[in-house]
Amino acid sequence: MSEITNILNKNIVLEIKDLYKSFGDNDVLNGFNMKLYQGENLVIMGKSGSGKSVMIKCLVGLIEADSGSITVMQNDITKLTQEALDILRADIGFLFQGSALYDSMTVRENLEFPLRRHKKKMSVNLNTEDLVMEALTNVGLAHTVDLMPSELSGGMKRRVALARTLILQPKIILYDEPTSGLDPITAKEIIILMQDIQKKYNTSSLIITHDVDCARVISDRMLLLIDGIDYAVGSYEELSNSEDSKIKAFFKH
Amino acid sequence: MLNISKMISQVNTFLIELGDLSYFTTRFFKESFKFPFETKELLRQCYNMGNRSLLLVGITCFIIGLVLDLQTRPTLMEFGAASWMPSMVSISIVREIGPIITALVCAGRIGSGIGAELGSMRVTEQIDAMEVSGTNPFKYLVVTRVLAVTLMLPLLVIIGDAIALFGSFLVENLKGNVSFTLYFNQVFEAIEFGDIFPATIKSFFFGLAIGIVGCYKGYYCAKGTEGVGKAANSAVVISSLLLFIIDFMAVFVTDIFYDL
Repeated sequence: MSEITNILNKNIVLEIKDLYKSFGDNDVLNGFNMKLYQGENLVIMGKSGSGKSVMIKCLVGLIEADSGSITVMQNDITKLTQEALDILRADIGFLFQGSALYDSMTVRENLEFPLRRHKKKMSVNLNTEDLVMEALTNVGLAHTVDLMPSELSGGMKRRVALARTLILQPKIILYDEPTSGLDPITAKEIIILMQDIQKKYNTSSLIITHDVDCARVISDRMLLLIDGIDYAVGSYEELSNSEDSKIKAFFKH
Repeated sequence: MLNISKMISQVNTFLIELGDLSYFTTRFFKESFKFPFETKELLRQCYNMGNRSLLLVGITCFIIGLVLDLQTRPTLMEFGAASWMPSMVSISIVREIGPIITALVCAGRIGSGIGAELGSMRVTEQIDAMEVSGTNPFKYLVVTRVLAVTLMLPLLVIIGDAIALFGSFLVENLKGNVSFTLYFNQVFEAIEFGDIFPATIKSFFFGLAIGIVGCYKGYYCAKGTEGVGKAANSAVVISSLLLFIIDFMAVFVTDIFYDL
């Protein structure tokens, strides 16, 4: 409980207020609220189709919300110009569910790609090659630098995608189902890697997952997205011991 | 009654699609002139599209040249006009057959390739990843590809025309003992600036149509592997249809200029 209190005393780096989004008659988000604090790992769980991915894409401006505000490091992204949004995106890393590596490029080119736009903003005096190798070394895949994504396993792809996310040294990392489609051992490796990254760079992480084990290991706080709203927020222990049937359903094995 | 409402719905869908395609085309022109220019990617696409289509265009045009000569020759011989073969074949190839055949081959080879590539990038969230990294995916993926096809198609047409004429020369040489110098002297006497210029302009528009349709279908591809297949397929079908419409318009406009 004291750990949560410590987190809640830190700065808010990301805040969503009254977010609404619908596709035709399908109301996906119905006034969703959320806060992410500096250095915390917030896990969001929800059923398939509950709007988790829509919410996370609204956060980076990939989907435009119908109404509500999204504040990322004091910037309301719903009011930013495209130019300002692109600059802010350098501080937000996004790990996609299917890794989303550019399959016509080598691992090196994949990692160099975000630097094309943002290298000038990097405070370090390293050249591109050093930045690429450092990011790959962080995920233990320096030897894959000249391989094509098609030559990598699912777990390796996920780690390279994580390296691509890290190369700009973001302050916030958004993980969309980081362990989905991976075997339990590889999933565990990814979770450990996420923890290491969080410790090393003191990033704030928003993790969308269905994996209860992942949530248990990595979360400082959890949020359950049910019926388009932030139905429950609390630590893993609090939520897993809840008597509410909707909450209990998430923790049944 | 049901048929009428279905027809109205289809017309509605068609008009929406046409509007979206027009918006997409306008955006292409706007983004083309905005800094920064993706020169490296443009050159890579030019190389990919030009170089990789060359063999297919070459083989197709060579066969077209052979066939055109073989099929026309007996008719002209009946009228004792076999010596007109180089002139007739060259005008047919340069004005019409070369550009349209090359464009159709490219619609199949390049249009479907672009549709499938961008479609799979959309489905696997690679386009989203590009946007999140602060790169404008429209500029990087669409503008470079459309410009590359638009620039490469006229070049492919010129090369295709030359290969088709060579195919025709082979038939003339084997069947009529016509020498290389004689054949091509007659070809260059027959072809005028007024044949080459409209054909080249037309080829630019063919390239633009193939690029825009392929990119549009791929960029807005529906989710799933079925969506990728549909994007590739409709890119070929729509761009092939557009090629004939553009061709008709180009011939119509050229005729007006000839009449003046």
